[in-house]
Amino acid sequence: MNKRAQFDKVSLSFETPKGRLNVVEDVSYDINDGDFIAVIGPSGCGKTTMMSMLAGFQKPTTGKVLFDGRPVAGPGPERGVIFQEYGVFPWLTVKQNIAFGLTLNANHVPTAERNAICDHYLGLMGLSDFANSYPKHLSGGMRQRLAIARAYAVKPQFLLMDEPFGALDAQTRSNMQNLLLKVLETEGKTVMLITHSVEEAIYLASRIVVVTARPARIKEIIDVPFAYPRDESIQERPEFAELRSHIRQLVMDEYRAQQAQMRPVSFSE
Amino acid sequence: MNGAGVRRFGLGLLPWLGAILLWYAVRWSGFVNVSLIPAPHQVAAKFFELLTREGLLIDIFASTRRVFLGVALGILVAVPVGFLLGWYRPARTFADPMINFFRALPPIALIPLVIVYFGVDELAKLVILFYASFFSGVIVMYEGVSQITPLYIRVAQTLGANQAEIFRKVIIPLTVPHILTALRVSLGVAWATLVASELIAAQRGLGAMIQNASTYFLLDVIYVGIICIGLIALIMDLILRKITARLLVWQDRAIA
Ligand SMILES: Nc1ncnc2c1ncn2[C@@H]1O[C@H](COP(=O)(O)OP(=O)(O)OP(=O)(O)O)[C@@H](O)[C@H]1O
Ligand SMILES: [Mg+2]
Repeated sequence: MNKRAQFDKVSLSFETPKGRLNVVEDVSYDINDGDFIAVIGPSGCGKTTMMSMLAGFQKPTTGKVLFDGRPVAGPGPERGVIFQEYGVFPWLTVKQNIAFGLTLNANHVPTAERNAICDHYLGLMGLSDFANSYPKHLSGGMRQRLAIARAYAVKPQFLLMDEPFGALDAQTRSNMQNLLLKVLETEGKTVMLITHSVEEAIYLASRIVVVTARPARIKEIIDVPFAYPRDESIQERPEFAELRSHIRQLVMDEYRAQQAQMRPVSFSE
Repeated sequence: MNGAGVRRFGLGLLPWLGAILLWYAVRWSGFVNVSLIPAPHQVAAKFFELLTREGLLIDIFASTRRVFLGVALGILVAVPVGFLLGWYRPARTFADPMINFFRALPPIALIPLVIVYFGVDELAKLVILFYASFFSGVIVMYEGVSQITPLYIRVAQTLGANQAEIFRKVIIPLTVPHILTALRVSLGVAWATLVASELIAAQRGLGAMIQNASTYFLLDVIYVGIICIGLIALIMDLILRKITARLLVWQDRAIA
């Protein structure tokens, strides 16, 4: 299979006033064309940092991050990113936000087509009534959907999504998940998704990378045995439940390890 | 005007009425010598006298033009300089002490030097006003620009924006609010510096008028001058605020 992205013995540490902080440690895995990788691990362990090396905002301290066989030199439109903080442009209306990427030279989309694409995503994301509003009038969940629409609109082949559905209610969340599956089916993308939801990881991903508490190391890489196209019925399957309890166990262990780190003084039993 | 508009207008008027009442009260209280405080109606009468017979409008025009030119030139230089200082951290470390040194100097203290180097004409006054507005504007600019988060630039990059597009479509919109704030601050500072700049042998201007009046102890003229400066500064600020509200509808303000 064609390798799109590779983490090769990647470590990253930050220099902080309190000394060196190891955030990612000796991480190696490949993301093949058409893969859907979900990364799951406790809060603050280094997931966003790992993704931002592939996005091109951070360089590994040691090791290599490759995209299409070449070391990542910086960000680019072939790697769409949905940021954890959304990054919706406050000075543009909802529609202008979606159109932003389409107006750039790199994507050169003619005006008529641009309008059609905007209207399409406005509808899909349930934002049509707010097309001409500024983001200050949107709820957190709407901003998140706007950030998703803006990233989808330029149709990147590779999507990096940092907890993209975190701010949504259960119903909208499952709509967005199904929409993502549909987009992938028609456009054949490769995805790296960070999530805290075990169910979401299993439902969407072809492979799940469980990472440890900081520094993020690979705890286990799990193949998800369900074929695409998927629908919600897989969540009723016994394999789903088995996988879920296995991954929950892994995540819980790391969560406890993190708690122990944060509270160095141990209690006597 | 609707009900809310009337109320806002009334609310804005109230403190002025209060100030005038207080003014009369101080005068009538007997704590101060009445000859040292002209009454509001006397000042108003003086205002009309100056307006109709002494060419007060010429003074207003002269001062407003000076402030306008000084601020325009000051901001014109302060915007790019402040932007560069805010954007490039090394530039900031390098220039920060320098700028704070010069900013701390009161323009009045510089007048003797300005006279030596620039003479006593219009140019000298302009230099003082330029100095005052540049240093107040540049600080606002670079403080603001250095607060811009890299997030929006990153988003633009992942959508495929090149350097020029990032500048035009992200950095400029994020800088406009700081330019407007810088403009407002330096306009205020420039009016405050006006009297000092007109100490330099000005023939006309509100500052000159106050200077001359103080020589002959014409308190009512001094009051007219002071109130004119305050009012014009207030009007300019209101206009600027309207423009700001127009340009920055997208901003999330605590109060609409
Ligand atoms: N630029 C930076 N400089 C110093 N420390 C940083 C920097 N960026 C991140 N960190 C630290 O690295 C650690 C991992 O951060 P990261 O954002 O990757 O976590 P995360 O796994 O995405 O967490 P969450 O699930 O809460 O989003 C944190 O302890 C954070 O404080
Ligand atoms: Mg994160």
